[in-house]
Amino acid sequence: MMDTHKAAYQEEARELLVELESALLDLEGSPDDQELIGRVFRAMHTIKGSGAMFGFDDIAAFTHQIETVYDRVRQGEIPVTKELINLTLTAKDIIKGMLDEIPQGEAPEGLTPSEVVDAFKRLVAKDEAVTPPKPPSFAAQPEGASPPHSKTVTYRIRFAPEKEIFLGGTNPIMLLNELHSLGECRTVAQTDRIPLLEEINPEYCYTYWDIILTTDQGIDAIKDVFIFVEDQCDLKIEAIDGQTGVESGEDDKRLGEILVEKGDVSREDLQKTLEEKKPIGEMLINKGLTTPGKVESALVEQEHLRSIKEKAKAKDEPAASIRVPADKLDILVNLVGELVTVQARLSQTASLLHDPKVVSIAEEVERLTGELRDNTLNIRMLPIGTIFGRFKRLVRDLSQELGKEIELITEGAETELDKTVLERLNDPLVHLIRNSIDHGIEAPHIREAYYKPKMGTIRLSAAHSGAYVNVRIQDDGNGLDREAILAKAIEKGLVSPNADLTDKEVYNFIFAPGFSTAEKVTSVSGRGVGMDVVRKAIDSLRASIDITSEKGKGTVVTIKLPLTLAIVQGLLVNIENNCFVLPLSIVEECVELTREDIKQSHGRNLAHIRGELVPYIRLRKEFAIPGEQPDIEQIVVTNSNGDRIGLVVDSVIGEHQTVIKNLGKFYKDVKNISGATILGDGTVALIVDVEKITKSVELADKAFG
Amino acid sequence: MSIASITDTRQYLTFQLGEEVFALGVSNVREILEFTTVTKVPKTPEFMRGVINLRGSVVPVLDMRLKFGLTRTEKTVDTCIIVVEVSLDGENAIIGALVDSVQEVFDLEPDQVEPAPKIGTQLKTEFIKGMGKRDDHFIILLDIDKVFSSEELAVAGGMSGEEMQMAGNG
Repeated sequence: MMDTHKAAYQEEARELLVELESALLDLEGSPDDQELIGRVFRAMHTIKGSGAMFGFDDIAAFTHQIETVYDRVRQGEIPVTKELINLTLTAKDIIKGMLDEIPQGEAPEGLTPSEVVDAFKRLVAKDEAVTPPKPPSFAAQPEGASPPHSKTVTYRIRFAPEKEIFLGGTNPIMLLNELHSLGECRTVAQTDRIPLLEEINPEYCYTYWDIILTTDQGIDAIKDVFIFVEDQCDLKIEAIDGQTGVESGEDDKRLGEILVEKGDVSREDLQKTLEEKKPIGEMLINKGLTTPGKVESALVEQEHLRSIKEKAKAKDEPAASIRVPADKLDILVNLVGELVTVQARLSQTASLLHDPKVVSIAEEVERLTGELRDNTLNIRMLPIGTIFGRFKRLVRDLSQELGKEIELITEGAETELDKTVLERLNDPLVHLIRNSIDHGIEAPHIREAYYKPKMGTIRLSAAHSGAYVNVRIQDDGNGLDREAILAKAIEKGLVSPNADLTDKEVYNFIFAPGFSTAEKVTSVSGRGVGMDVVRKAIDSLRASIDITSEKGKGTVVTIKLPLTLAIVQGLLVNIENNCFVLPLSIVEECVELTREDIKQSHGRNLAHIRGELVPYIRLRKEFAIPGEQPDIEQIVVTNSNGDRIGLVVDSVIGEHQTVIKNLGKFYKDVKNISGATILGDGTVALIVDVEKITKSVELADKAFG
Repeated sequence: MSIASITDTRQYLTFQLGEEVFALGVSNVREILEFTTVTKVPKTPEFMRGVINLRGSVVPVLDMRLKFGLTRTEKTVDTCIIVVEVSLDGENAIIGALVDSVQEVFDLEPDQVEPAPKIGTQLKTEFIKGMGKRDDHFIILLDIDKVFSSEELAVAGGMSGEEMQMAGNG
């Protein structure tokens, strides 16, 4: 039981660390942004708080030290410097290490937690100018304190700071804002202590606040907010009713009762006043027993409790989203996949039976299955921004290491992609960005010599394009060196010296294993492994990659990804009673090919389609399927990567919802087939990898020419 | 192949390829199917007959006759696919073995098993776990993991080497 909690904490903490990192990197750009400092602080605070609960005491203790520093940053006592950010990023890595329970000796950065803490202390000491705040005292919290994330409790808080609170540099508004971040919160400022204008000392704080807060964070979280002003204020925190005030059946509290409970009005006074039948608040004020502010505060409390109660009635579930293990989703997607297969069978059977009743049911099932499929696949969609965040850190660290100035701009972070696609996209993107940093963007002095801005830019963008998502990595560096690549390719025997190649074909050589034009191997690149990894990952994603480059201006790498790996729309074709599926997204049209046409083209595999010459590939020959071709064949014209290529098949059967199945290890070396699917009649059809087949035929032709 | 590992399996399923009777441990056998439509994957070795749909998942089918140097299995009423679970590079894989006919499950005491002869079986010796004695004749006990090992598959993959080279250049 504890282990599941622990795992849940680890997962949550990992997310918080990502949030922490992105906040830190943003903070580096705008060091004065209070909102960002708040984000950093909150992330650390939660890591610490729940870490202590689940037995990650080292994390709690360590994070606490940094949190203390950041609290002072938040108060404006310590400026945000690059040094501070660097140190915090290191600290973040250490927390990550602790979280993954890596032995300390293997910590990635080499710094031990205590060294980092010392470094923080030194940093703070440098900035020591203002009176140091009292050391936090909440390390030892009272026994039985309600743990965070228990149940939702409504608290009544009266925060009355001392007059001199401003002198210590504390801004009470910040504290109130922080309370707001804990949960649903209403604040009423009490102004009855403000003296007449001539007596006001502008440096004093005369206001105090009544706050009604409904939170699931527990009383300690509230206390933590006020931890640094504890001795400079009069703070009262009480839980109203102790149990949410959400018990059904119980009446709303009467205004008078609240005032009595708070000690603002005595019970006798209330009784007396109640006897005169006037609005209670008004009467109390008229009698001078209380101030309008107090009554307003009580009214707000009443209203707050009412609204909380209504909300609790409206939804028993507190969370708008739920956390589901990824494998459960995978099972769901598989089931939907099978359902789609069965539905295809049903539709086929229904159309054979010619029974209008059955057909209408089959149509209904088809519609529902389609919706179910779309919704299920949608659940697995995640915004690509979740992986973009990691690259900010990569660019920052690597450019510092190499002495380059590089800015990473991300666009389209909200573009959604299937979870499995996203996971497998990470590695190739890392390699491509590293390449841009190391080979693409020049050192600052060289850039200046070329009249380019000193700061290089890498633009990482994602955008939808039909059934695909285009992810683009664009740098404004030196561009690819066509001559150097070609020379290397010739040297490696990948191409004959007198071959006439397009730019695209030349750039493609960089994906060959062991291919590198770098003269020396650096820690970053040069071994020629990276792009090979990219190619393999891209292939496994059924994606395609395209490079354009202009010397001196930069390189653009575009990865075209399918939205999902599980289901595609396919076109079912037949060759000698063998069914094959072509991905419908690349099919443009189907035209007939007669024997007459073949005769006229004198053995060349070219078809005239409305005045345009389209080369075609005979799948029958390509797949070595025996038998005689029929008199009239069909050319399926496909368009992948801008080239129109026809695939000749015996006949076209029709559209098919294709649930992609892996062919498994036994057929892992099979080229030109990307998977299999199950047809309506229960037999298996193979999915043709059009891009690969086109490429292999092209290469074979080149070898002959 | 040590005798110790032979003793774990006592129940064997026998099947026939031509005149020869073979057996494999029942713990490897998942189920036995009638011969159904097999979809041939283009440009694969002949003994890899193709793939079938086993309740929604795609399972490869291998022709045991071709694998053991006999002629191609022809479809008869007795032709069966034995679905076996083998461990391939440490992972479990499901494979269909196409055989002429399936006979029976029988018990074999460890003392009825003799080590494989070094020569004379016309099979790679590592495929053979041992020789089981039954009613005066011998049955070849197969080591199914070895028959479908990844080295055996690599030999299969090598046959489309020309294509692999082409793709490698891209």
